Amino acid sequence: MSASDSPAHVLSGVLDALASQNLRVVDLSQTLSPRFPQIVLPPEFDQCAPFRMEEISRYDGRGPAWYWNNISFGEHTGTHFDAPVHWITGRDLPNAATDSLPARSFIAPACVVDCSAQAAQDADFLLTVDRLRAWEVQYGRIPEGSWLLMRTDWSKRTDPVAYQNFDAAGQHTPGPDVAAVEFLVHDRGVIGFGSETIGTDAGQAAHFRPPYPCHAIMHGNGRLGLQCLCNLDLLPPTGAIVIAAPLKILHGSGSPVRAIALVAG
Amino acid sequence: MTDALKRAAPRNPILPLRVPTLPPGQRSRAALRWTASVAEGRFELQSCHDCGQIQYPPRDACTNCLSIRLTWKPVSGRGDLISETLLHHSNELYYRARVPLRLGLVRLAEGVTVLTHLHGDCPVAKANESIPVRVRAHLDKAGQAALIALPATDTPNMADDRMLREMTSDPKFRKVLITDGKSATGQALVKAFVDAGADIVWAGLSEPWKQPPGFDAISKLPNVTVVPLELTDPRSVEDLAGSIGGKVDILVNNAEVHRAHGIGDRRGTETARAEMDINYFGLLRLAQSFGPALRARAADSAVPSTAWVNILSIYALSALPGQGTFSASKAAAFSLSQTLRSEMRGAGIRVVNVFPGPIDDEWTQTLPPPKLAPAALAKAVVKALKDGVEDIYPGDVAQDLFTKWQESAKVLEREMWDQ
Repeated sequence: MSASDSPAHVLSGVLDALASQNLRVVDLSQTLSPRFPQIVLPPEFDQCAPFRMEEISRYDGRGPAWYWNNISFGEHTGTHFDAPVHWITGRDLPNAATDSLPARSFIAPACVVDCSAQAAQDADFLLTVDRLRAWEVQYGRIPEGSWLLMRTDWSKRTDPVAYQNFDAAGQHTPGPDVAAVEFLVHDRGVIGFGSETIGTDAGQAAHFRPPYPCHAIMHGNGRLGLQCLCNLDLLPPTGAIVIAAPLKILHGSGSPVRAIALVAG
Repeated sequence: MTDALKRAAPRNPILPLRVPTLPPGQRSRAALRWTASVAEGRFELQSCHDCGQIQYPPRDACTNCLSIRLTWKPVSGRGDLISETLLHHSNELYYRARVPLRLGLVRLAEGVTVLTHLHGDCPVAKANESIPVRVRAHLDKAGQAALIALPATDTPNMADDRMLREMTSDPKFRKVLITDGKSATGQALVKAFVDAGADIVWAGLSEPWKQPPGFDAISKLPNVTVVPLELTDPRSVEDLAGSIGGKVDILVNNAEVHRAHGIGDRRGTETARAEMDINYFGLLRLAQSFGPALRARAADSAVPSTAWVNILSIYALSALPGQGTFSASKAAAFSLSQTLRSEMRGAGIRVVNVFPGPIDDEWTQTLPPPKLAPAALAKAVVKALKDGVEDIYPGDVAQDLFTKWQESAKVLEREMWDQ
């Protein structure tokens, strides 16, 4: 190992590159706000609490010199991280909750597949194996241990009604089909799947066979999820490094997350 | 003939706000018992168990035989106006702002003479001539029972009489906020207030990505404006109060979460918490954000702010075990509404509590009829405001359970086990 390859040198090189803006930091998180919609389940199920904020004091009689809030939210609120134990298929896996996942799994490279044109045409657009293989022809094989991030520009839908996109048949948002999830998990060994929509699965994934493949198959195989991401359009197809560390919640199934990406140039 | 009420002109912003005042509100315990019946929409007077005399005003003993065995008897209100006077001066601030006042003596059919306000359309009293009138008992601005005599038959614009309007909260020309315009009851309420001549109906919309059938049509009714309102989000409530809080004349809080669970049939507390967060804390957030401006504007025009309506549930009085957590949240809201009533009292804002039985919507699918149609609930709310009533129990189930609750809350508690 030469001096320039030493870990300490690599780290200081990262700092130098950040300072000189040869490395950029892209914020992949939506603002955690009461205005941001939360996932909706049919009403007979218990619901995920939306993000809420109650003032404790604001330099007033309740606390004269300080301002602070009590916040409350479901684990799957805002831009958030799904741990494998989120789904029943992942319930018996070791080290698969927010507190027990190895911290190493919070830093991983990203492959970004641009589906924005298709999603603009068809809200129910499904990412297929063919589309992934076509991407690989252009950018190379999806490396093992990388995130597969599906760019749809869905995060640009700032109106919550358009973001949720419900009609009488349920939600209409893009996501991967069953075969694509099988391919990413078993043939490419991704660390997880990330989306700009409210779930990693498509809005109509309840009707897939099996239902919710990006939850059932990903989490059943110990893989992770990121959803409600934004700024995927600022990432290159390959080469970005995603840092997404959930809160260390005891046996948590997920957590809001401040996801960021390091991007060259 | 009463002049038709006109839409209130915009307030002249350089003139000081007219501050609400109240008529004298002190009452004896006997008089409070009278107020209690009037608050529920009944007109009763004291009747002596021993000699049968009907007396007014309420006292601790019979003025005829001194018996203290006094009961309460419904009276028709029919009677004859025998004399009247025009009051030009009063040292009471409330009356000072309202003189001249027509007051009269009316001999009721039950044989008792009462001193009463006179509706402007009552013919002038004449010596040796009986003029038939209808006496009504209403709550005045202080929330205490008072009498007003109406002409024997309805006259045009009768509800627009100046003194009658002091005792009622007619939605005509008023600006109304319905906190949930989406639900079945919300849609019915929006429609009922539009039909009642409200100037503006703001229909609260939470979680706009979930829009049920019918809401689109409701939101397009004349004078209806849809406004975002999340009762679980203090910021959202404050934002709406910041935008329309200074204009709302009647606030109808009908937003609720309603699930059918007891204690043992649902693990955990999240659904119960969601019920409490809307049904109880939602009311608290609304009261803190909308209460001050509503109180401040209680005298600011000919059509001032006037009322706050809570859609509670008859199960606030006695829990329906199959809907135990819902019942508990409504009991909490009922308790808070009593504090709200006490805090609104100083401005003469009427807090109307509505205790319906099961409403015919998706959350009472397994309950047998009779169930209250949302439109019937909405009609009852508008009627309560027009009649100046404080507590209503609309529908057969509510009436039945309320009667039983008054007879014995303890017996009813047992009976609810089998409901």
